[in-house]
Amino acid sequence: MATLLIAEHNGTELAPATLSALTAAQQIGSDITVLVAGANVKAVADAAAQCSGVGKVLLAEGDSLAYDLAENLSELILSVAGEYSHIMAPSNSVSKDAMPRVAALLDVGQLSDITAILSDAQFQRPIYAGNAIATVTSNDAVKVITVRAAAFDKAAATGGSAAVETLAAPADSGLSSWVNDELTQSERPELTAAERIVSGGRGVGSGENFALLEALADKLGAAVGASRAAVDSGFVPNDMQVGQTGKIVAPSLYMAFGISGAIQHLAGMKDSKVIVAVNKDEEAPIFQVADYGLVGDLFDVLPELTEKL
Amino acid sequence: MKVLVGVKRVIDYNVKVRVKSDNTDVDLSNTKMAINPFCEIAVEEAIRLKEAGIATEVIAVSVGSSASQEQLRTAMALGADRAILVETEDTAEPLTVAKTFAKLMADEGAELVILGKQSIDSDNNQVGQMLAALTKRPQGTFASNVSVEAGHVAVTREIDGGLRTVKLALPAIVTTDLRLNEPRFAKLPDIMKAKRKPLETKTFADLGVEVKQHIQLDKVEAPAARQGGVKVGSVDELIQKLKDEAKVI
Ligand SMILES: Cc1cc2nc3c(=O)[nH]c(=O)nc-3n(C[C@H](O)[C@H](O)[C@H](O)COP(=O)(O)OP(=O)(O)OC[C@H]3O[C@@H](n4cnc5c(N)ncnc54)[C@H](O)[C@@H]3O)c2cc1C
Repeated sequence: MATLLIAEHNGTELAPATLSALTAAQQIGSDITVLVAGANVKAVADAAAQCSGVGKVLLAEGDSLAYDLAENLSELILSVAGEYSHIMAPSNSVSKDAMPRVAALLDVGQLSDITAILSDAQFQRPIYAGNAIATVTSNDAVKVITVRAAAFDKAAATGGSAAVETLAAPADSGLSSWVNDELTQSERPELTAAERIVSGGRGVGSGENFALLEALADKLGAAVGASRAAVDSGFVPNDMQVGQTGKIVAPSLYMAFGISGAIQHLAGMKDSKVIVAVNKDEEAPIFQVADYGLVGDLFDVLPELTEKL
Repeated sequence: MKVLVGVKRVIDYNVKVRVKSDNTDVDLSNTKMAINPFCEIAVEEAIRLKEAGIATEVIAVSVGSSASQEQLRTAMALGADRAILVETEDTAEPLTVAKTFAKLMADEGAELVILGKQSIDSDNNQVGQMLAALTKRPQGTFASNVSVEAGHVAVTREIDGGLRTVKLALPAIVTTDLRLNEPRFAKLPDIMKAKRKPLETKTFADLGVEVKQHIQLDKVEAPAARQGGVKVGSVDELIQKLKDEAKVI
């Protein structure tokens, strides 16, 4: 048994989700190779080599890998796939794009967003927005898996000393090309990596009003999240959406302001350690999952909370 | 340009699913069913392309039980020209669905396939990507904007850091995200008209699609329930609880 783990990174640093997926990989077997792909990602490969339990790092650099195009990335993974029984990645917008493509090219199924490993072939994963947990067995020789990072503790980023080998980047497919990015700039922690999250919904009312949440977030060193309604209304960008079809988070503290608690939102945050809900409707479903609920107007609560902390 | 669009019959998104007492699956008996919300967005996008004079024909395709005819009729009431049901009583795995679409894409000579990014039942998020791989075509997943130009399609994608636009050579596969459009509602006269639109039924055997079980469902359980907490009466009490009881600040 041998596992290939596709690293998540931002070009310069290894993302914490990679360490969570590494823990998942270690539960399967001890022969683990990490693949780092990108345009200029030597530093990431060096960081991956330091992680505990990593046996080898494959570094693939090239223009064809610059923008995570699934057409190219899947070819890269395919070029080494033959050596592995498990091909894994933390679940993120790059792996969700590329891993099913890899699976189809290998003529195998893909396991999305696994939350537990029962054996080298049996896994658990949430279905129906997390309202049911499926136990599934893969019958394929190669298991292609995305891992829900929030469900696994992070492996140690130190203690390892793996060799870094280079791998040739694939030729560009010529089918797809990058045009431009509109990335959200923020000094705050990344949502899926944050220990604390302050999240706002339709009740926040406008993009300007999100400043109230940001002020609290800055006091707490927290990331700022949102419900779909807040994103759809244009208050905040899409990458802040928490939920079934957005980001899945499990921080130590999740504070929801003006969020009703639809199942699709709960799917993304109900595994948080401590949940606080502030809502003016005492019947709001969010209170059913909140450890601490405060019935009140968020426009009164937020400034007071920020001031008193 | 012919456009194929995927339509999956799933539990209505407002309904909270129950797990069967014998833990073999979820219980969908007497449950309200609907078009998967992401498929609805796909249908809307295809219809808009037709209204803009870019798509010549919109074909709605479902892989599922005979009851899926209801969702295909809805898609036709919304504006799809005709429908194909690939009928199976067993749950079709994503790879099987992708192989089915690959065959239909070739048979129909479709230049664009628009699918939902995920279905809200199995939450897999796989079929579009698999279809692109099988047909060796480019993919624009999680689309929040689609614009078809000569020979290619520009797709703005919702990615973890924000938005990314890519240009894909046609034929291409697009999967929809929530912000791509707001689907319309079907009007009564259109619902009547849809009853007369062609709906063809096929089987995997007709299409020569080989069905293999890659992933077997062993058990379905309800998730661990979260203990309901307490209500606090003031901001001061909240701060005190977070500090002394939960110890998270
Ligand atoms: C396919 C699909 C996928 C989806 N995916 C997601 C997802 O990933 N994430 C997600 O979040 N949603 C998702 N949704 C949407 C979800 O169903 C809900 O519509 C959404 O979560 C509602 O957002 P909200 O709670 O902000 O808004 P609402 O439900 O409108 O709730 C607003 C709340 O704010 C409260 N409020 C208003 N004013 C104040 C005030 N001054 N002070 C205090 N409280 C106030 C109200 O009492 C209310 O409870 C999805 C839906 C579909 C169909």
